[in-house]
Amino acid sequence: MAPNLHLAHISDVLFTWTVFVYAVAMLGYAAEFAFARLARARGESPARSIRLGQAAVAITVAGWGLHISSVVTRGLAAHRVPWGNMYEFSSMVSLVAVTVFLAMLTRQQVRFLGAFVMAPVVLYLGLAGTVLYVPAGPLQPVLNSYWIKIHVVAAITASGAFMVSGVVTVLYLMKSWLERRAASVSIGPGTAAAVELREPAVGVRGNARAMVDGVARWLPSSERLDRLSYQVIGFAFPVWTFAIIAGAIWAKYAWSRYWGWDPKETWSFITWVVYAAYLHARATAGWRGRRAAYLSLLGFGCLMVDYYVVNTVITGLHSYAGVG
Amino acid sequence: MTETLPETTSAAERLSTAPAYTPSGRNPLLRAWRQLTSMRTALLLLALLALAAVPGTLLPQRGLNPAKVAAYFSAHPHLAPWLDKLSLFDVFAAPWFAAIYLLLFVSLIGCLIPRLRLHVRAMRRQPPRAPRHLLRMTTSTDWQASDVPQDVVAHAAGVLRSRRWRTVVTEEADGAVSVAAEKGYLRETGNLVFHVALLLLLTGIALGGMFGYKGTVLVTVGDGFSNVQSSYDVFSPSRFFSNTHLPPFSFTLQRFTATYEPNGQPRSFDAVVGYQRTPNSAPKTFDIRPNDPLSVDGSDVYLVGHGYALQIQVRDPHGRVVYNNATPFLPDDAMFTSHGVVKVPNGLAHQLGLTGFFYPTYGSTALGAQSVYPAADDPTLDLAAWQGDLGLSSGQPQSVYDLPVASLKNVGTTQLTPGKTWRLADGTSVTFVGVRDWATFQVAHDPGTKLVLVAAVLIVLGLLASLRVRRRRFWLRAAPAAAGAGSRRTVVHAAGLARSDADGNASEFDRLVHQLKD
Ligand code: HEM
Repeated sequence: MAPNLHLAHISDVLFTWTVFVYAVAMLGYAAEFAFARLARARGESPARSIRLGQAAVAITVAGWGLHISSVVTRGLAAHRVPWGNMYEFSSMVSLVAVTVFLAMLTRQQVRFLGAFVMAPVVLYLGLAGTVLYVPAGPLQPVLNSYWIKIHVVAAITASGAFMVSGVVTVLYLMKSWLERRAASVSIGPGTAAAVELREPAVGVRGNARAMVDGVARWLPSSERLDRLSYQVIGFAFPVWTFAIIAGAIWAKYAWSRYWGWDPKETWSFITWVVYAAYLHARATAGWRGRRAAYLSLLGFGCLMVDYYVVNTVITGLHSYAGVG
Repeated sequence: MTETLPETTSAAERLSTAPAYTPSGRNPLLRAWRQLTSMRTALLLLALLALAAVPGTLLPQRGLNPAKVAAYFSAHPHLAPWLDKLSLFDVFAAPWFAAIYLLLFVSLIGCLIPRLRLHVRAMRRQPPRAPRHLLRMTTSTDWQASDVPQDVVAHAAGVLRSRRWRTVVTEEADGAVSVAAEKGYLRETGNLVFHVALLLLLTGIALGGMFGYKGTVLVTVGDGFSNVQSSYDVFSPSRFFSNTHLPPFSFTLQRFTATYEPNGQPRSFDAVVGYQRTPNSAPKTFDIRPNDPLSVDGSDVYLVGHGYALQIQVRDPHGRVVYNNATPFLPDDAMFTSHGVVKVPNGLAHQLGLTGFFYPTYGSTALGAQSVYPAADDPTLDLAAWQGDLGLSSGQPQSVYDLPVASLKNVGTTQLTPGKTWRLADGTSVTFVGVRDWATFQVAHDPGTKLVLVAAVLIVLGLLASLRVRRRRFWLRAAPAAAGAGSRRTVVHAAGLARSDADGNASEFDRLVHQLKD
């Protein structure tokens, strides 16, 4: 069936609006941070900044609604599930990342994550809408199976959550670096200024330092960030495991073998093993904390290779390794 | 798990049976074994496994695409043999790759046995007694109650048991009573199930590798296939496979339908086959489609490709038919521009070979003749005829899709559409009768699949339990209040401890305490 061009256009317009609204939400979270600092510096109550943060959440929810509508109209336009190519896939992964963030918000105070989650989401959607964009169209027959729905939904869900955990991990590394620096600085007398910078500092370097210190103050303790990223990975990892298994079942129906070490399968496996190593590291003396965090970032890097490098370079014309 | 009272955070770690890094002792073998089965080694081997898989995606692999390996060899004639010596074109069958995962699994077994034993013991044992100073723990609280200590503790134990905590009540010195409770053994059970299932998975994969088979066969519409090794175009048995394992089924390809989008992208494939389990059983029909194989007698038949076979008739100058076959042509591009060969070694004055290009929908482009759509809408055949010794009696094996034209004489070229006949100079005639579809099928049997599937399900269930369930302890001590404390006769201290998810644990602790205070 030919794609419904009218609906496809509506989906594209909704997509553009989604990116715009998310960008506004991101600025809202950043403004909350800025006003909170200002209020603290002046010794005022942070009521205004809290209202800003709440507005940013409301804007995020609005963007989320637009995002869902964009995905749904895309599926209706193409008469199939809306995750059949890299553009649609990237849009879905961002949708999951925002969903995971909103779901976390309903349970714990994680609004501080707002700007840090929305920034990569906006960037990612921007890339998806420009570089990866393809018009709505049908699927290859081999992709036409209900296992693709199960497999891809699981893979997308895990990836969106891994993305959030990646963001939290980066924040963790930042915070733990600052904590260590603060600890080493505050050994000497008169060094409280490094941690307790109240006055707007003079000059570019002073500003940068004030900014970093402000962010450090804004973030919760590194221990909490570490736990948060573990929680998200603890959700994503079993889903990723299930995605690989569902993919193997699909491969069994489609290609007569459940596993063939093709580059896509292999990078999914590598990603899985690296996150398994992360989980082990958290239970291994001497590997907790920062080393485990590096493993988690490595896992996210492998995931990105799996999606983008494998699809575009390895199975493309320039390499010999592809199955094609 | 040791019997010490868990008062410190490091004791919290003892809520798991994870092995510590303790390569101690004099015996070097024991030391090596301890080292191999430590968490640190497991971590290292996991990292190594991930790293070792990378070259398998950067270099061409024989198991995936032997043609690309050959192309790599001709592009890098000096480097390739060295890489080959390191098994870098067969990474996933390489001895060093096997060494890593076998070591990992030996480590896993060595790690699992003591953990299983510890876990079974921990499950049978009562929860450890309440530490002396409950209020020193991070998650703790105190309040006063009007009941006597015995009643407070009895009530608490009842509430805990109704929430499926395992409890033990202890009468302590100086009139205090305490209850110790533990919950979430499923976490460790899940973790052990997960790791055991990894071993099952490997076993299932090994079974398939030892006793399975697979093969591919090209079948033209109207033709049949019976499952004996000689019917296959390509057959790959596993190491311990024996021919008697082939189930005696057969099928005929009755119909093949492909549909396409306007741009030529395929939309659907459908191969209708009539099949029989054994030569004597009743025939049935089945639609084999992508993602929808035919399963007979433990083997699966998959549709893996398709193309066109051209019905070509060759008559000698007297009109006698010397060749009349549907000859499969192999597709060269997505629009099914295809090439093929007809060999007529007998019945003519000179042996005759025909090489042809077939265009299901003929189009003339800047690059020359080309098919412009994959369906046979405007079928056209370009033919060249060759005479001479086809070399079939030379003893050299020859592909049915190749004609060694160097030693042959070209006797003409032409273009034909269905029904048209071409007369060569010597009176031989070639008729393009019509087009039929062919399909390639892969037949595969993997006796390990069921075990692999069971293991996979256990892996997911084990992981869920292992990552979602919290192993946690709860203690409550009720002691008589000092004299003169009013109507409140009893002082209650409570504390909770969990190995993971401190947030979730704290909120559960608060809810529990809230209920116990009432
Ligand atoms: C075959 C390779 C292995 C894989 C893929 C693997 C995977 C995993 C995964 C995904 C977890 C996370 C579950 C959780 O955190 O509860 C885990 C936990 C664990 N693994 Fe493995 N594992 C492997 C081998 C081993 C080996 C060889 C050991 C023994 C040293 C081991 C000991 C453990 C322990 C003790 C835990 C629990 C960690 C904790 O208490 O949080 N694993 N494993």
